Amino acid sequence: MTKNPAAGVLDRDGLSALVEVLIARGRTVIGPTVRDGAIVLAEITSADDLPFGWGTQVEAGRYRLVPRTDGAVFAHTAGPQSWKTFLHPPRERLWSAERAQDGTLSVTGDDSGQPSYAFLGVRPCDLRAITIQDRVLAGGRYPDQGYRERRTGAFLVAAECTEPGATCFCVSMGGGPAADSGFDLALTEVLDGAGHRFLVRSGSEAGQEILADLPHRPADAATRDAARVAVDEARDRMGRAMPPVDLRTLMGESLEADRWDDVAARCLTCGNCTMVCPTCFCTTTEEVTDLTGDHAERWQRWDSCFDVDFSHLHGGPVRASSRSRYRQWLTHKLSTWYEQFGSSGCVGCGRCVTWCPVGIDITEEARALHDERAGRLRHEQRKETEQ
Amino acid sequence: MNDLPVPHLVTGVRRETADTVSITLAPAGAEALEPFAPGQFAMVYAFGVGEIPVSVSRIGRRELVHTVRAVGAVSAALCALRPGARVGLRGPFGTGWELERARGRDVVVVAGGIGLAPLRPLVLAALDTRRAHGRLNLLIGARTREDLPYADQVRAWAHSHGALHCGATVDRPSPGWWGHVGLVTTLLNEARFVPENSTAYVCGPEVMIRATARDLLHRGVRADRIRVSLERNMRCATGHCGHCQLGGVLLCRDGPVIGWDRAASLLDVREL
Ligand code: SF4
Ligand code: SF4
Repeated sequence: MTKNPAAGVLDRDGLSALVEVLIARGRTVIGPTVRDGAIVLAEITSADDLPFGWGTQVEAGRYRLVPRTDGAVFAHTAGPQSWKTFLHPPRERLWSAERAQDGTLSVTGDDSGQPSYAFLGVRPCDLRAITIQDRVLAGGRYPDQGYRERRTGAFLVAAECTEPGATCFCVSMGGGPAADSGFDLALTEVLDGAGHRFLVRSGSEAGQEILADLPHRPADAATRDAARVAVDEARDRMGRAMPPVDLRTLMGESLEADRWDDVAARCLTCGNCTMVCPTCFCTTTEEVTDLTGDHAERWQRWDSCFDVDFSHLHGGPVRASSRSRYRQWLTHKLSTWYEQFGSSGCVGCGRCVTWCPVGIDITEEARALHDERAGRLRHEQRKETEQ
Repeated sequence: MNDLPVPHLVTGVRRETADTVSITLAPAGAEALEPFAPGQFAMVYAFGVGEIPVSVSRIGRRELVHTVRAVGAVSAALCALRPGARVGLRGPFGTGWELERARGRDVVVVAGGIGLAPLRPLVLAALDTRRAHGRLNLLIGARTREDLPYADQVRAWAHSHGALHCGATVDRPSPGWWGHVGLVTTLLNEARFVPENSTAYVCGPEVMIRATARDLLHRGVRADRIRVSLERNMRCATGHCGHCQLGGVLLCRDGPVIGWDRAASLLDVREL
């Protein structure tokens, strides 16, 4: 955060100017668009590409675009993708290898250069998800260079959340609808009698500089208040909540719970939840050779812990049952992530709930595990007092 | 270099068992890897086939030996290499055995089958620094005599009666077998060590690791002084692919060698 964040008010033309200025500076601007019946993150060339007048209705296993009469542009909830599609792409070439006629081997990295992105409309939950992936992919002993370049080169325009969905639970994961840090610019959409406008705040020097280039007026008290109220109200309208218990301990003490059989009976192990999750980072590798057989390429692609081959070891999977694979996913998200990367792996964006074809709900599973553990403890206490 | 495989030349190939081969590798050009410690592993790249983690089974000045068992496409390709062939290497990765943890204590090395491979550089290092620790034991179990890697060296060790107490046992004896018959843990009875003042290093199939660690613990070896090497699928070795998770442990980064104090509860849970 900069010491003196600049603030201002943009109208719709100001938003258009923001897109133009970012493009003029050579950035590939990615933002929400309407495509195939969903809000899809894609390259935009003007603010007209943004989903003005579209909202979303979500439930476990259900997602619908719904028109809005107020013309709001950031009133939709998380779609099927997240920014990881761009920062940690689904497919990426790691290296190319050549075998010369005398058998010598040469390996070259992929230095094709990384795009300079600007992300427009990053939700606070997704800002957190990005910092979580930063720790995984760029924070360890061997930073992923491609990720690091894309990430440090990206300009982030946050959009504070004023319309949480029925599957959202960021507040119970320690986040919230407000954007406090980690952005270059933050927008809060305000729609009231005084018109459709955006409170804009800078969170970095780069953000301050861009803001100076935009037609905007000073932030007035009425707009500031309206923005604060909209975000505060969003905080109270979260559709879901995680049970208020220490999830780390809960998972650690639930490895042999019966609930895993219950969820395994419903889970299709399709891996959708891992694909849509903004923090899930697992990948596998593939070797691709051309017809001559003297040129090979190593590719990385997203993988899912729900795939039976994921844990393949000497002729068989370690996690053969769906029970063990769902347990791996949930315990990783909510518990073992802390040991590995120092935080939870879940930001409460609700995507896994919305996009699960059978509507499996991570908050409901956690609650069921909590109830099962509570029952177990009661039973043990009773046994102790009887003795 | 950890991102890109560094080309290496195969300078030697030695068949160890029916499905296991040791390949000796030297840098093909000016670029070489950082030095390996016993217990660490490399990602070995077979051109056009793929890459697998293989621990180092001998650490030379310029050369490294990797012992590979043919269980999949990449390992089969590596086992079929001839001298003069090229492979790529990334590494070194992971935690080592850390022989310094045994300073002033008896050393108990227990290997199951090809689990001897990552332990061999540890034994050689321990023989080189004999004065730094107490008595040195090497106990090896295999299914049959034919499944025992480095058979000549093991036989020489077993008959040397020198600084190293070496015992070997097989499940099923064949004619000419010179060692014991039975589980590797039975060899602990003859080993020369004071459990309370010993450090153990164990590698082999998971069932064997479990049985050995429990036995050692029962005899009085402290859990954190029982070092075991574990194995999971690995794609990247740099902590990013997620495949080598064992609970909260990322085996490429926090392992492959971890203490039994940490491993015990993880190996207790089925399909973790
Ligand atoms: S686990 Fe589900 S709710 Fe949590 S961050 Fe991933 S997709 Fe969002
Ligand atoms: S929880 Fe739902 S989305 Fe995830 S693997 Fe199971 S069925 Fe697919």
